[in-house]
Amino acid sequence: MPTVGIKRDLLFKALGRTYTDEEFDELCFEFGLELDEITSEKEIVSREQGDTKASDASDVILYKIDVPANRYDLLCLEGLVRGLQVFKNKLEAPRYRRISPVNGDPQKLIITKETAAVRPFAVAAVLRNITFTQERYDSFIELQEKLHQNICRKRSLVAIGTHDLDTISGPFTYTAKPPGDISFKPLNQTKEYTATELMSLYKTDSHLRHYLHIIEDKPVYPIIYDSNGIVLSMPPIINGDHSKITLQTKNVFIECTATDLTKAKIVLDMMVTMFSEYCSQPFTKEKLSGEFINRKVGINESTEKIAQLLTRMCLLSRATGVGDEIEVEIPPTRSDVIHACDIMEDAAIAYGFNNITRTTPRAYTVANQFPLNKLTELLRQDLAAAGFTEALNFALCSEEDIADKLGKKISETRAAHISNPKTAEFQVARTTLLPGLLKTIAANRKMPLPLKLFEVSDVVLKDETKDVGARNSRRFCAVYYNKSPGFEVIHGLLDRTMQLLEVKSARGEGYIVDSTFFPGRCAEIIVRGKTVGRLGVLHPDVINRFELTMPCSAMEIDIEPFL
Amino acid sequence: MADSGVVETLLQRIEKADDGVDSLNVAASLGVDHQVIVGAVKSLQALGDIISADLRSSKHWELTVEGSEIAEQGSHEARVFSSIPLEGLAQSELMKLSFGKIGFSKAMSNKWIRVDKTQEGGPRIFRAVENIEDQVREKLLQVQKGNFSQLDEKEKNELKKRKLLSEVGSWKEKKFKPYNFEAMGVAPDCGHLHPLMKVRTQFRQIFLEMGFTEMPTNNFIESSFWNFDSLFQPQQHPARDQHDTFFLSDPALAHEFPQDYLERVKKVHSEGGFGSQGYKYDWKIEEAQKNILRTHTTAVSARMLYKLAQQKFTPVKYFSIDRVFRNETLDATHLAEFHQIEGVVADYGLTLGDLMGILHQFFTKLGITKLRFKPAYNPYTEPSMEVFSYHEGLKKWVEVGNSGVFRPEMLLPMGLPEDVSVIAWGLSLERPTMIKYGINNIRELVGHKVNLQMVYDGPICRLDS
Repeated sequence: MPTVGIKRDLLFKALGRTYTDEEFDELCFEFGLELDEITSEKEIVSREQGDTKASDASDVILYKIDVPANRYDLLCLEGLVRGLQVFKNKLEAPRYRRISPVNGDPQKLIITKETAAVRPFAVAAVLRNITFTQERYDSFIELQEKLHQNICRKRSLVAIGTHDLDTISGPFTYTAKPPGDISFKPLNQTKEYTATELMSLYKTDSHLRHYLHIIEDKPVYPIIYDSNGIVLSMPPIINGDHSKITLQTKNVFIECTATDLTKAKIVLDMMVTMFSEYCSQPFTKEKLSGEFINRKVGINESTEKIAQLLTRMCLLSRATGVGDEIEVEIPPTRSDVIHACDIMEDAAIAYGFNNITRTTPRAYTVANQFPLNKLTELLRQDLAAAGFTEALNFALCSEEDIADKLGKKISETRAAHISNPKTAEFQVARTTLLPGLLKTIAANRKMPLPLKLFEVSDVVLKDETKDVGARNSRRFCAVYYNKSPGFEVIHGLLDRTMQLLEVKSARGEGYIVDSTFFPGRCAEIIVRGKTVGRLGVLHPDVINRFELTMPCSAMEIDIEPFL
Repeated sequence: MADSGVVETLLQRIEKADDGVDSLNVAASLGVDHQVIVGAVKSLQALGDIISADLRSSKHWELTVEGSEIAEQGSHEARVFSSIPLEGLAQSELMKLSFGKIGFSKAMSNKWIRVDKTQEGGPRIFRAVENIEDQVREKLLQVQKGNFSQLDEKEKNELKKRKLLSEVGSWKEKKFKPYNFEAMGVAPDCGHLHPLMKVRTQFRQIFLEMGFTEMPTNNFIESSFWNFDSLFQPQQHPARDQHDTFFLSDPALAHEFPQDYLERVKKVHSEGGFGSQGYKYDWKIEEAQKNILRTHTTAVSARMLYKLAQQKFTPVKYFSIDRVFRNETLDATHLAEFHQIEGVVADYGLTLGDLMGILHQFFTKLGITKLRFKPAYNPYTEPSMEVFSYHEGLKKWVEVGNSGVFRPEMLLPMGLPEDVSVIAWGLSLERPTMIKYGINNIRELVGHKVNLQMVYDGPICRLDS
């Protein structure tokens, strides 16, 4: 969920009144926003860099507001104020129009075929006769940044460039060239660099280095020129210094280059609608029935009232007079509206979720437990009654935990491997519950002995018969840790478990402990002729690898055969 | 060490006696406290094989109120006997005496008296013997003097049965050291259930009480198709990023999909349909095939709803509580895996009011009655609502869950009837558990760094109190 920081006083000025923090919080809640934090630049700097650095920072009060991820139109002061004002019936839903320049033709952006190899789409627009103040300018830059971080997926899908139109002249060309052939003075630099030089220059730039990978290994880089060969930008990395916008800029040229055309259009729409009353995209009109909204929300309002509700959400609506039909205009700012249910939601928000009568679904249903979970629940109760304490460990662990530390090779396990773990703790899904229990003991060595622990939970094993190539297996594992190995304690727990599961100690239909294949101190547990698990005393090397110092006996069985 | 004088005297006494001495007697004759003699015995025993001692319990008897009366005035039967003159006494007269009724039957069974029913004026009692010996009184007098040993066990029990004697433990004369009620008792040997699992049991119980059937969620590894695509979550969505989701290298790809359904999912994403404009992008099977660790149990809900759509529709209520995984940065309240609680209801014509109504019932069972709902965004539900409850302790509204109505773009491609709505909600199991048990660091609750003392000390879990 994106967070926007907005100066409180500016916000109140734009809203035409002041609110207490509580009142504003309430307004946000109703509209689907969250007033996350009330702070100031000074507070932020002092928290992040210490008090000394903070002494010069501004102490103007900032509201940090959480905006839903699909409402790109609320990412700046302008959009937010517009949304809230319309919601509170203080402003009519805006309509956006395109106008032609007073003299001359509309600007053109020519896209050449070379761009197909790296970044095939571009759209552009012009904002004319704009007056920037410092606040508006900041908000303009901030909106670009928010869009870049969210819908633009860190510039990989869409990158925005903004330019002072009066310093350049169209038509503009969007093309792609080998990096060695590109040379220009980038934003806020004093000399020209080739694209190759720029890529190494920005390797150390804390902000720009995150975007280099988007084009770095491509044979050609995207580039935008004006008719005089001046570089506007090398998207998605950096703009040229020549055309940078300032507080004095009157006419802004906005270009969006992209790998996703739909997103590029959305982003451009956001940029122009937020900062201008002069640009436009054609409206989309949708028709739907008032009954649909009443039925889905669970209210009973007249068609006219529903049209009013929608209008308060910037969806200009009217009852057409044909039955309960409502015609809704979807402005370009509302790219999130793709289905009638999106319009229904806005009606429900305007009505107020908390004003809707709460009802109870009438369906009669009989509850069933999932048999494996039912068995698990019953077994856990009695294992605790048998004096063992339940542990709860992670399903993910390191390769070492399930292989090396247990004296096995990772290739011998049927482990599922994770491709993008941030740390070694998440390399594989566990194939046994034992390592988790041993680590639990290691972390609780200060506790009085003996430690008697168990866990009934899932491990994951590769299984080609499943659609995803792996399946869970529900296991029961128990360990006994004391000054002596206490094999008889674990053996006794096995006997008790079998008693609980109504399996007698006998060959054939019962269970046996068979050391045929594992002579010495480890044995297989065979139930009705099938191996379900093992029990025994752990090898001293295993105990050492888990940083334990005393002997330990353990058992682990698959409980699914007992269903 | 006990007083050596007492020890010596005791040894001398034992030497003289052939069959040992009674410590109580020795104490009485020496005029010392019985504990002094016990101390002397113990210290002699400690020296080795010098004396042998066995523990005897001695019983003390005393007369009841009725017993004392008899010792003084004679037994009831003796008094009946002596009340009867030679010429006899009318039975009705005898019965008027306080001891008459009991004494009569006892005297009859002793054959001391006889009844003549032929007499005028009703039955008349006559002496049957010349003299009697009031043994009961004699015995009671012996007891009163302290000569218990004169009576054998049978006689004592007979008198006890007649409530004339009562047995008195020697505690009456003893002094007891008072217990220290400030101290703790001995902890019983026991096992314990994990607090998070105790809370899980309660949530399961609540769903079962509300008629919800448990979904089979024992599949941690899921394809992107069921986890995202089937839920109408576009392929460029940030949740599908390497930074947020664990992808698998082995087994890297899922293979079998219901082919017809897959085509419908592809179409609704890339071109729209079912009343939707779709997301208008190039949907790729390669993205859908990628195996991941499921990021929510809603992947299972999608499988269940698809299954439901393949048969004649009947309303269902489903729930699950199981692990989900996020490739997130860890801190005191976030782990890479946590438990998601999920409830799903599918029926004809469900409304947003129904969703809020059922959430109200669900949270009431958790002891939360003050709820309000905030509009929110979620790719696969529309409308989406965050659920807030008023926290009396913090004096503010806190988020307790997420909910919504599944989008038609998710349900219709599955083949569910058009007028069926599906409402759903979810919350984490860890958060309510941390609040319930006052745990600030999630690592103390989940994983091997668990504080076992906390597990040992945890109370039972009642969510509504």
